Amino acid sequence: MSAAAAVPALLALALAPLLLGVTSRTKAVMAGRVGRPLLQPYFDVLKLMRKGAVYSRTTTWVFRAGPVVGLASMILAAALVPFGGVPALVAFPGDVLLFVYLLAVGRFFTVVAALDTGSSFEGMGASREVTFAALAEPALLLGLAAVARGTGSLSLSTMLAGATGPVWAESAPVLALVAAALVVVFLAENGRIPVDDPATHLELTMIHEVMVLDHGGPDLAFILYGATLKLWLLGALLVGLAVPIHTGNAWLDVAAATAGMVALAVLLGLVESQMARLRLVHVPNLMVGATVLSVLALLLTVR
Amino acid sequence: MAALLLGIGLLVGGGFAALLARRSVRWTTFLGVGSAIAGCLAGLIPAGRVLLGGAAPSLRMAWDVPYGAFFVQVDALSALFLLPIFGLSALAALYGAEYMAAHGDGRAPATTCFFFNLLVASMALVVVARNAVLFLVAWELMALASFFLVTHEDDDERVRDAGWTYLIATHLGTAWLLALFILLGRGADSLDFDRFGPASGAGLLFLLAVVGFGTKAGFVPFHVWLPEAHPAAPSHVSAVMSGVMITTGLYGLVRTVTFLGPLPVWAGWVLIAVGVTSGALGVLLAIAQHDLKRLLAYSSVENVGIVALGLGLGLVGVQAGSAPLAVLGFGGGLLHVVNHALFKGLLFLGAGAVVRAAGTRDIDALGGLLKRMPRTGLAFLVGAAAISGLPFLNGFVGELLIYMGALGAATSPGSAGTVPALVVIAALALMGGLAVACFTKAFGVIFLGEPRSEHAARARDPGLAMQIPMQILAAACLLVGVCSPVLIGLLAPVLVQVTGLPIDAVQAEVTRMAHTLGWLVACAAGFLGLVALTAGLRRSLLSGRSVTAAVTWDCGYAQPSPRMQYTGSSFAQPLTELFEPLLGTRRRLSPPEGFFPSAAAFASETADPFREHLYRPAFAGIERSLSAFRWLQHGRVQLYVLYIALTLLAVLLWRLGEA
Repeated sequence: MSAAAAVPALLALALAPLLLGVTSRTKAVMAGRVGRPLLQPYFDVLKLMRKGAVYSRTTTWVFRAGPVVGLASMILAAALVPFGGVPALVAFPGDVLLFVYLLAVGRFFTVVAALDTGSSFEGMGASREVTFAALAEPALLLGLAAVARGTGSLSLSTMLAGATGPVWAESAPVLALVAAALVVVFLAENGRIPVDDPATHLELTMIHEVMVLDHGGPDLAFILYGATLKLWLLGALLVGLAVPIHTGNAWLDVAAATAGMVALAVLLGLVESQMARLRLVHVPNLMVGATVLSVLALLLTVR
Repeated sequence: MAALLLGIGLLVGGGFAALLARRSVRWTTFLGVGSAIAGCLAGLIPAGRVLLGGAAPSLRMAWDVPYGAFFVQVDALSALFLLPIFGLSALAALYGAEYMAAHGDGRAPATTCFFFNLLVASMALVVVARNAVLFLVAWELMALASFFLVTHEDDDERVRDAGWTYLIATHLGTAWLLALFILLGRGADSLDFDRFGPASGAGLLFLLAVVGFGTKAGFVPFHVWLPEAHPAAPSHVSAVMSGVMITTGLYGLVRTVTFLGPLPVWAGWVLIAVGVTSGALGVLLAIAQHDLKRLLAYSSVENVGIVALGLGLGLVGVQAGSAPLAVLGFGGGLLHVVNHALFKGLLFLGAGAVVRAAGTRDIDALGGLLKRMPRTGLAFLVGAAAISGLPFLNGFVGELLIYMGALGAATSPGSAGTVPALVVIAALALMGGLAVACFTKAFGVIFLGEPRSEHAARARDPGLAMQIPMQILAAACLLVGVCSPVLIGLLAPVLVQVTGLPIDAVQAEVTRMAHTLGWLVACAAGFLGLVALTAGLRRSLLSGRSVTAAVTWDCGYAQPSPRMQYTGSSFAQPLTELFEPLLGTRRRLSPPEGFFPSAAAFASETADPFREHLYRPAFAGIERSLSAFRWLQHGRVQLYVLYIALTLLAVLLWRLGEA
């Protein structure tokens, strides 16, 4: 294991909040505003870390453990995801399953922490979170299974390294279908438009933001930072698949992948400024649609 | 072998002793529970020895029944099932000592002790029996003992109904087994298991086993008795029934597969189809339940489905000659049997503590119990996380093996198992997400927030005898997860026996998987370190700053009340509505009306769709058509004797006519 293996994880830890800054700047530009500084998410996290906290008398240790376990699971997940052709810090056959289930660990503890407040708002958010996540999981796993089938590997590092230009040329439909499915999962899991609106928590439309309504101070900082990490990691999967640039020079590859991530953040901002949030009853259709795309990709590899 | 027989003897003897001492509650408890624990510990010795690589002891004694023999053997497969049977039963017995004493309803615990011991002894006998007659006798003993345990609270009409449903279902299931063993024995001219060989019509025999053993295991659509009977029993009995008794059905199925020789190609497909329907319907019905113990019972249907997925994948692997698929499929399925005993036992014991303390099983009447029962709550949380398949606990390891087998088959081009493997992956992914929904609901609504009833507000942790078994099981969930690279090695002899592959091939696969699991353990250590680091960071950030307490922020509303919380039904509503066509949830709404609304009500209920739309019409039809013969049954004994005499005469004439 060389020092280079730490690069993907360190980049994720360092640059994840930047993505959110780029997205909100894009949305501001599209709306004709100047927008917040690009580094605003960093400032938010640092500001929250310096604050005290107010805890509801209803809550127990579960409420305090939620953000801690959630962040820890995201940091561990960051050690599993490769970036720009550089293998991840931890790579073994089957790490793809650990990655998916680490997302579930974070979700489980965020949801029980939300239920710990006894607030019906947070209960509502928790209920929707588990519903949509249950529908997103088959899409994610089947999409990853299609990539695994294409590359003959069960480790994220080799799976994404296998998505090269020649492979794209050969099986573009499969990779494109998987990428489309992953985009939906990326939007849903991170609570973005059209599934959830990250800008609000006081309407009956919310999912993720409302679950963390009662958290404050360092807890909220952990949640915010954990959410940006999740955005980065699922984005890195997508970029690893969709940006098949493998020059052989690690520096160039990492730079290309970083550019890809920024482009993804811009794209996210564009989507969010162009689309409205779907009605909640239509979200399951989107998720099932993503699963169908993954299944189609698999069928193409099976034929 | 002597230790096993001693254990069974202790269990049965202790049960009778408890009956004899029924006048004194203290003696009954001492004799019944003491003998149960001692018997289970004695029985664990041979099981452990065989799994660690010892020779399989066997014993054969003559028995005066036609084709019968007292023939028992503890091989690796039996040992694997004996481990959870004796382990969980010992803990449940200890728990039951306090649980039954606190019952305070004047019912003597003696009969419960007796039937509990009998149930444990018969389950052990089922998995070691090597003669079909002995097996069926033990099977029947197990069914009857559990019937009397289910109907413990027989002054409640619903409990009696549950008991009858169970008794009828289990006997309908046994009928198929009778046919199975007769057909197997006809080919071999003996009912000893070691004489059964590859039979003609293996496909038919396999289907008989799936229906017969599947009824006990709780495969959909033969599961309808399970959500009735398991909640009706006292909680420590529910734990044993749901944790290990249903796995005797899975044992029977696996044992039968080892007799049948080469199976038709569709055999694996059948099990996978059963696994998908049981798993998906089980977890969906679990989410829709309001009764905590019914929720857990339906979740058992789901977990049996996961095991069936593993076994089905293993069968496909055996037929395709793919060692990785066979080893990982059967390995994952069998490991999940043990894991399910641990976390489902834990959850039912936790549910019992909740029921005891709060006096209700209605999830929507509970809440806020973690503050009042901190130890039970922590144990329940571990169980909920484990059954949701979260990493680093035991549930994840079993599912990981099945996933790895399926992904392995899906990624090797041209493999025969590709399509079943993809079905398994999709099903497991959906079930995993739904299980998280189900158990965040169960834990969140019961243990978090504010109590929704006065009883819940007064709940307290139970005493040590109920506490210790839960803590041991919670620790076991963690230990199995963390020690998995070592434990999986113990499965190798079982897998050799089940898959029929050479030991080297199995060993190679097991070593490869142990390597992955080793990485998993390293990640677990890293995860623990990260949690400690983040927790430390949080503590140091908060030290010296103002940390205050207030009411939950409800957007400025000044007086939130516990009734305003999200309930279990509201938490589950998006999913029950989404899957309405499958579940058929009935809703009754009387909305608030007028300018000054006074009363409004909403209730929802999800009955078992198979019970409602398949069994109820079918049994009603049978009753209608048979009621034409009611005139034969009128209670006059003389006429009954006449019937017997006439029948004997008819048989005699028929016999004479033949000669």
